[in-house]
Amino acid sequence: MNVRSQISMVFHLDKCIGCHTCSVACKNIWTDRKGAEYMWWNNVETKPGTGYPTKWEDQDIYQGGWVKNGDTVSLKGAGKLKGLKNIFHNPNMPVLDDYYEPWAYRYQDLFDAPEGNDQPIGRAVSLITGEPMEIQAGPNWDDDLSGTPDYARQDVNFKHLSKAEQEAMFQLEKMTFHYLPRICNHCLNPACVGSCPSGALYKRGEDGVVLINQERCRAWRMCVTACPYKKSYYNWNTGKSEKCVLCYPRLESAQAPACMHSCVGRIRYLGVMLYDADQIQAVASCDESQIVDRHLGIYLDPHDPAVIKAAKINGIADSTIKAAQNSPVYKFVKEWKIALPLHPEFRTLPNLFYVPPLLPAMASVSEDGKYDTVSEHLLTGVEKLRVPIRYLSSLFTAGNDQKVVDVFKRLHAVRVSRRNTTVKDVSESQLNSVMNDAGIDVHMANAIFRLTSLATFEERFVIPAAHREEAIEMLENTGDYKGSTGFGFKEKPARGL
Amino acid sequence: MLDFLLFGALPYVALAVMLIGSIYRYTKNGFQVSSLSSQFLEGRQLFFGSQFFHWGMIMLFLGHLIGFLIPSAVLAWNGDPVRLLVLEFSAFGFALSSLIGILLLIKRRLTTKRIQMVSNNMDYVVYAVILVQIISGLAVAYYGRWGSNWFASVMTPYLRSVFAFNPNVDVIAQLSTSNEMALLMVKTHITSAFVIIGIIPFTRFVHFLVAPVDYIWRKYQLVIWNWNNKEIRNSRNYFPGKSRDFRNN
Repeated sequence: MNVRSQISMVFHLDKCIGCHTCSVACKNIWTDRKGAEYMWWNNVETKPGTGYPTKWEDQDIYQGGWVKNGDTVSLKGAGKLKGLKNIFHNPNMPVLDDYYEPWAYRYQDLFDAPEGNDQPIGRAVSLITGEPMEIQAGPNWDDDLSGTPDYARQDVNFKHLSKAEQEAMFQLEKMTFHYLPRICNHCLNPACVGSCPSGALYKRGEDGVVLINQERCRAWRMCVTACPYKKSYYNWNTGKSEKCVLCYPRLESAQAPACMHSCVGRIRYLGVMLYDADQIQAVASCDESQIVDRHLGIYLDPHDPAVIKAAKINGIADSTIKAAQNSPVYKFVKEWKIALPLHPEFRTLPNLFYVPPLLPAMASVSEDGKYDTVSEHLLTGVEKLRVPIRYLSSLFTAGNDQKVVDVFKRLHAVRVSRRNTTVKDVSESQLNSVMNDAGIDVHMANAIFRLTSLATFEERFVIPAAHREEAIEMLENTGDYKGSTGFGFKEKPARGL
Repeated sequence: MLDFLLFGALPYVALAVMLIGSIYRYTKNGFQVSSLSSQFLEGRQLFFGSQFFHWGMIMLFLGHLIGFLIPSAVLAWNGDPVRLLVLEFSAFGFALSSLIGILLLIKRRLTTKRIQMVSNNMDYVVYAVILVQIISGLAVAYYGRWGSNWFASVMTPYLRSVFAFNPNVDVIAQLSTSNEMALLMVKTHITSAFVIIGIIPFTRFVHFLVAPVDYIWRKYQLVIWNWNNKEIRNSRNYFPGKSRDFRNN
């Protein structure tokens, strides 16, 4: 057993209101620079939709992630042979237009325009070329546009749905959508790290944050292709790739990352998970039907004395072990089993888990044309869900419907249990059957309820500070950067000389 | 005198500038060592330009390298006229491929607004010397047949004399040929080759010094620890320090 610690996250999708506050917080700190304008290390998508960059989930186009290759995995579109062969031109790399062309408005024209009969306007100008441009797309132009032909109908996850199921999702009365906030998953088996020809990408041993060494990056661009979540971005100005750093300067001082701290819906949880690094290859290359179970099985019980002992042998600090025992992520993923990884079939073993959206608007138009919202049906069960389970299983369980249903039964049971506590209109037999079916008791239901809706900041983010008394500095000497913007460049990011 | 400057002095200036400049740039300005890919801004035109150019260049470089390292093998191969023709024509083909590639790349840079935004003056210097290099190389092959034989018997001794710090300029200067054009092109080709070497640290050429060869034998996953995680709990060791070893997965 080779125990390592990993900072992991849970996003509760039923609570996400799609406000993009996380994206803006991240943008203001990290990507408000020339060459990074188009990057959204944190972005929020509407599902069904095409996402950002367009159709990022379609690995027939972008060739990201790993594929099973016997008892190991190999990179789908990169790797030693394919990567070096395509180094002069990478055929699977998304280009600027697959994201969007960033722009600003010439506001000064509003003031400087000569007096005349026409209203002055501030035209859109490209942030790349500085020329006036026609805006074609933005980073969140699929926002709330479920049902539209350009976005929802192009959703890659529909390939597992029948035509009738798809059409049902587009009808106004039955339409459903939810938000999907995404950041880098800081995977256990990162495809970006594996694809980097110059070894610039690496996983930090202490907390598992995946980073790009800007001094070693040579713009071979393979990480952009290899990351199936398209969370590695190429900075066209500096000629270096960049990605989410999980605000590691904040993590090291036990602060929540900016996107998490600013979350209005309080959907985000962050904590330590201990895992067994010896199992990574076996888990990543297991059969697709087992991938979710095997992935969740790699995380170890932080209360198990054998795990604690092995963790100490590996140099994991007591504060980190204690944080792992209080980890909200551990509760969601392992104890309550209501959080699932996004697209586990990419085999990168992501560390960001989602509580799938129960989409509480279970009411729908019945056969006789009535819009049925009575509480009786509201509590009937997951069979009445408007969103097809198959769509969600394509997102979160590699097509295993039962896994999504199991989660929904628990989320539903929590609601029934709470209704029994507060409104008291649930019969005992109904309560018992729902709770038994979901496999939870009242204590667990109350614990889920508490962490979901009442949790304090300290309960949602359990972060052990880095031990600077033992390592004077982590990867960056923060003192050098005092007074400069964020962790910006020490030298001018010029393109060559 | 000019011959001495170009073939006796320039090689050493170029090599010294390349070595010192590259090491300085790598250590002091590592951030700027990049291939500066512009595929993100324009991908379609890049495909033909870049593929034709780079693969042609790599084959030509390897060909020159073989001629330099084992000239006897080249001469032996060329003993048979058919084999000589195969070698000459394929080399000429790779040079043409490079020429087409670089012309496409120049056209792309000049006509794409987005690429213009990330171009600097040294990019045009690079295009100029590469064009001179490729065209003079093609001319040598055309006017001074057969170039592969000539390289192995004349150029290799000259280059070896350069690396032995005893440059034999006369080999080039007194190259007797009835063809004035061939001689001019040979001299141009050698001179611009050393110019290319000399400007490596000042241009995007640095990227071929950091070609990712070690990727071939590297393990896929990299995990880096800031401290030695096995030693950290050992209180007898006051300062375990940080270990930046590339520990493989």
